[in-house]
Amino acid sequence: MTTPMALIDGNGLGASAARLSEATAGDFLVLMKPRVMSLVVFTAFVGMAAAPAMPHPVIAAVAVLAIAVGAGASGALNMWYDADIDRLMRRTKSRPIPSGRVEPEQALAFGMVLAALSVGTLGVLVNWVAGALLAFTIFFYAVVYTMWLKRRTPQNIVIGGAAGAFPPVVGWAAATGSISLESVILFGIIFLWTPPHFWALALFKTDEYGRAGVPMMPNVAGLASTRRQIFAYALVVAPFAVLPWALGFTTALYGLGAALLGVVFVWHAWRVLRMGEGREMAPAKALFGFSLVYLFAVFALYLADAALTPLLAGTP
Amino acid sequence: MNEDPIRLTEKQKRARRSRSVAIALGLAVLVIIFYIVTIVRIGPNMFQSPV
Repeated sequence: MTTPMALIDGNGLGASAARLSEATAGDFLVLMKPRVMSLVVFTAFVGMAAAPAMPHPVIAAVAVLAIAVGAGASGALNMWYDADIDRLMRRTKSRPIPSGRVEPEQALAFGMVLAALSVGTLGVLVNWVAGALLAFTIFFYAVVYTMWLKRRTPQNIVIGGAAGAFPPVVGWAAATGSISLESVILFGIIFLWTPPHFWALALFKTDEYGRAGVPMMPNVAGLASTRRQIFAYALVVAPFAVLPWALGFTTALYGLGAALLGVVFVWHAWRVLRMGEGREMAPAKALFGFSLVYLFAVFALYLADAALTPLLAGTP
Repeated sequence: MNEDPIRLTEKQKRARRSRSVAIALGLAVLVIIFYIVTIVRIGPNMFQSPV
């Protein structure tokens, strides 16, 4: 009796060619890194809302959607390229490609199609400055960070952090068609926040990154040096986040809130600096958790400030 | 002679259906977005073209 497999083999198809996908739409959604996407959407929206000219609500919604899909494309391309090291780390081994639910080629095609669609949609329907910036962001994350920097230098997330910092600039450009000092400062806040955020994670995931061969700062420069650098970045990002108030872009509502959050951020970084060489990583975990709250709160304050200022001034 | 040499399992059929529905929804959303944005962009000028 001829079985289906025998027929396939008889036609010269190998086992891999005959492998049929069991990937569901949900697996492809996971490829887009929804949690990262949510932060991207939020910061991009703040960039757009802070701009002097808010676009038509439909255009604004399309811009946010296109930026979200662009971020998803970056995530899919990152998971395609990093599948080999993802399967070595506990945090990432259940992702769709290492777990075998999605084939690498499917993820690559998915990422490329989403990248083209998101950039094209943003460019055609909103403006090409925003479209070009989104294209550059995807390129920066997928090629510069994932392919070039991540496995080569402990400065990987310092430079690569630019990719995560672009969304508010893209959002601002979607509203205005340009780049301004204010949007560059929003970029700077995320850019300077990224190293202490990821190095706090790397401190208590040193073994995993080491096993995967990713040269994170603690693996290369040691724990003590990483803790000092985390503290140094915290000392820079905390006052930097107050700049929009100092330069007159926001009111004291944002300025004082950002200053207070910065003090707490530096305090957490100080606890990391002072923690011992042992396995007790509670301060690093606390800093990692607070860093997420910090970025969200700073941008939420910026949004609240941008929304409330015209109301208080009586000019909607 | 027309027998398909590859038979999908139930799981593969469900997965393919899920992917097909997602692609259909994605395309429909894209078409609707382009339609609505076109109306929004040309809307105010639609009745102001020189006769």
